[in-house]
Amino acid sequence: MLAAILVMAGIAVAIGLALGWSAIRFKVEGNPLAEKIDAILPQTQCGQCGFLGCRPYAEAIAKGEADINLCPPGGEEGVKKLADLLGVEPKPLDESHGAPKPKSVAFIDEQTCIGCTLCIQACPVDAISGAAKQMHTIIAAECTGCELCLPPCPVDCITMVPIAEDLPHWKWKHPVVMLKQVSGDSSA
Amino acid sequence: MSRELFKFKGGVHPPEHKTESNARPIHAAPLPRKLVIPLRQHIGNPAKPLVNVGDRVLKGQMIGEADGTISAAVHASSSGIVTAIDLQPVPHISGLPDLCISIETDGRDEWIEHGPLDYRTLAPADLRIRLRDLGLAGLGGAVFPSAVKLDPGATQHCPTLIINGGECEPWITCDDVLMRTRADEILQGVAIMRHLLGSTEILVGIEDNKPEAVAAMHAAAARMDFAVEIVVVPARYPGGGAKQMIQVLTGREVPSGKLSTDIGIQVFNVGTAYALARAVHHGEPLISRLVTVTGHVLRPQNFEVLIGTPMHTLITLAGDRDGTTGVLMGGPMMGMPMPNLDVPVVKATNCILVQSAELFPPLPKALPCIRCTRCADACPAELQPQELFRFAKAADFGRAQEYHLFDCIECGCCSYVCPSHIPLVDFYRYAKGEIWTREKDKRAADLARERHAFRQFRQEREKKEKAEKLAAKAQAKRAELAAAPDAAAPSEADAKKALIAAALARAQAKKAGTVPKNTDHLSPGTQQEIEEIEARRAKIRELAHQPLESEEKP
Repeated sequence: MLAAILVMAGIAVAIGLALGWSAIRFKVEGNPLAEKIDAILPQTQCGQCGFLGCRPYAEAIAKGEADINLCPPGGEEGVKKLADLLGVEPKPLDESHGAPKPKSVAFIDEQTCIGCTLCIQACPVDAISGAAKQMHTIIAAECTGCELCLPPCPVDCITMVPIAEDLPHWKWKHPVVMLKQVSGDSSA
Repeated sequence: MSRELFKFKGGVHPPEHKTESNARPIHAAPLPRKLVIPLRQHIGNPAKPLVNVGDRVLKGQMIGEADGTISAAVHASSSGIVTAIDLQPVPHISGLPDLCISIETDGRDEWIEHGPLDYRTLAPADLRIRLRDLGLAGLGGAVFPSAVKLDPGATQHCPTLIINGGECEPWITCDDVLMRTRADEILQGVAIMRHLLGSTEILVGIEDNKPEAVAAMHAAAARMDFAVEIVVVPARYPGGGAKQMIQVLTGREVPSGKLSTDIGIQVFNVGTAYALARAVHHGEPLISRLVTVTGHVLRPQNFEVLIGTPMHTLITLAGDRDGTTGVLMGGPMMGMPMPNLDVPVVKATNCILVQSAELFPPLPKALPCIRCTRCADACPAELQPQELFRFAKAADFGRAQEYHLFDCIECGCCSYVCPSHIPLVDFYRYAKGEIWTREKDKRAADLARERHAFRQFRQEREKKEKAEKLAAKAQAKRAELAAAPDAAAPSEADAKKALIAAALARAQAKKAGTVPKNTDHLSPGTQQEIEEIEARRAKIRELAHQPLESEEKP
């Protein structure tokens, strides 16, 4: 009887120690769910969701404080991915936070730019190069199209240019033949 | 002596249609009035233009230089004046324009100074740079820059060199005709490849439907001072694919996601070998190639065509006929429909196939997949086309990749055998494009995340640095005041007051110290004016110091 109690107690202590040790040794820094959500978000850092960038929004979703349909750049596809990840029903995009737009990059009209650096301070990804009283220009490859540089510009010299389809960016469309057939089926 | 041959799985045998065009001799296409030379004719970075509008260029002059390692130069195909460097239609299925250099030819066809290279004495790295600058790219269809493929890499040698004369696509005969007529030069090119790659075994694979080419190559091989084995392989599509040719000749398979060089084999098209011989022995850049013009034309044949010649001139030369329904660049299995016929012939143009309703009846409407798996039997890459189709259609690209979508060589065997006439390959191309786009978007998002995080870190750091700097300055000032002899009241409030007073005194001293800069050499009139103004200012200052009784009273 005593032996059994001792054995059980011994096992309990051993397991307890192992668990305690692994809790310290394999501690996960940060919130892994927020990481996964952040990986789905488009990283435009535009703040249209009402948070100060994608990471804070991801954390708010992870805590259950924000809905999953607040991100216009992510679009319906982003909502669907978030719904899949979180195991909830996808819902339509909340249009009050803006509608999805075609991908664009900012463009500075260098004739009009006065070199005030306000846009540089507004850019969340440091994609504008320039200095005080020097001409500014957008580093197109790094611009996320967040439009945060538009409001601060005192001379309205920044416009959003949709990314035109050219040969290097062209991709095969979904074959039309089958699309026709599907639409025929659904109307029948 | 016959070599043991192997078989690749799958494949089809469509009607060959080779005899239409391979009997006529090669004709040189006449010099067109205007050449349009695209800067993106190869895989990798497009060439960077080297000329300006209005420049006179000579035949063979480099007009676009290679940009980076995986790139190749482009050259003027004839002498003339550069009339434009702008977006022009190019032979691409999308119909989108691309950057091209247009040259109005002067008819003199005047060569730039050029001469042979001594490939045996040149260092291999230098020779490869010369070949890149001569614009060499694979002429089998993929147009991969040849200089990159001629680099054996760290191993310093590539034991097996395969020269691909398979030409398995129906209708196309440019490689066949090239081997028949220019076998010696092809093998001279092979000698240069052998020199650069250090290959010990050289195999030339030719399909058995080209006996004349086999005979010519045999005769030429006998004249060479190194061993070349001409191997006749059974004609079966896509036996001319590099991976299939390797498998048939050596029995070895290129592992998924690897290159043939990883198993010590390099493959070149016969046309590339010929272009290499012209480049090294004559110093001629890649400015022309053989193009088969066949299908619904009066005289199907092969032309020696300058790069940049508009396609419609070739169709006119071969005799255009009524009832043309479309034009493919390439063969019927892998060819791309051309959006218009003003597009130029490029390095990748091996065939211009004119279609008619009789030769190429329109495909009946696609029916649903019945999962008969005929496509799986035909697939030379040993994939499951019906599954790939299902995933691509459902946009389940992750699963498509698990089923090795990227091993698909887009040969079109699956579409060819499909009893439901589903354009299967189009679905795979669509899926591949989507996957590439997503990967690119993901990379862009990762970059944005990283840059945003760094910006936040930088802002924090700047804030901290500023606070530290201010604190240090205030500390120093306090210490200075404390050390001063008149620091009678060392209390905190007094110290602050003293700081403010000191700052005020500094500002006033600075203000007093500033003198207007434009007060030298003034005329007496101006001087007087200034004095008057100063007097008025003094009066105003005086008034401002007095209590404003007049305003307070009412």
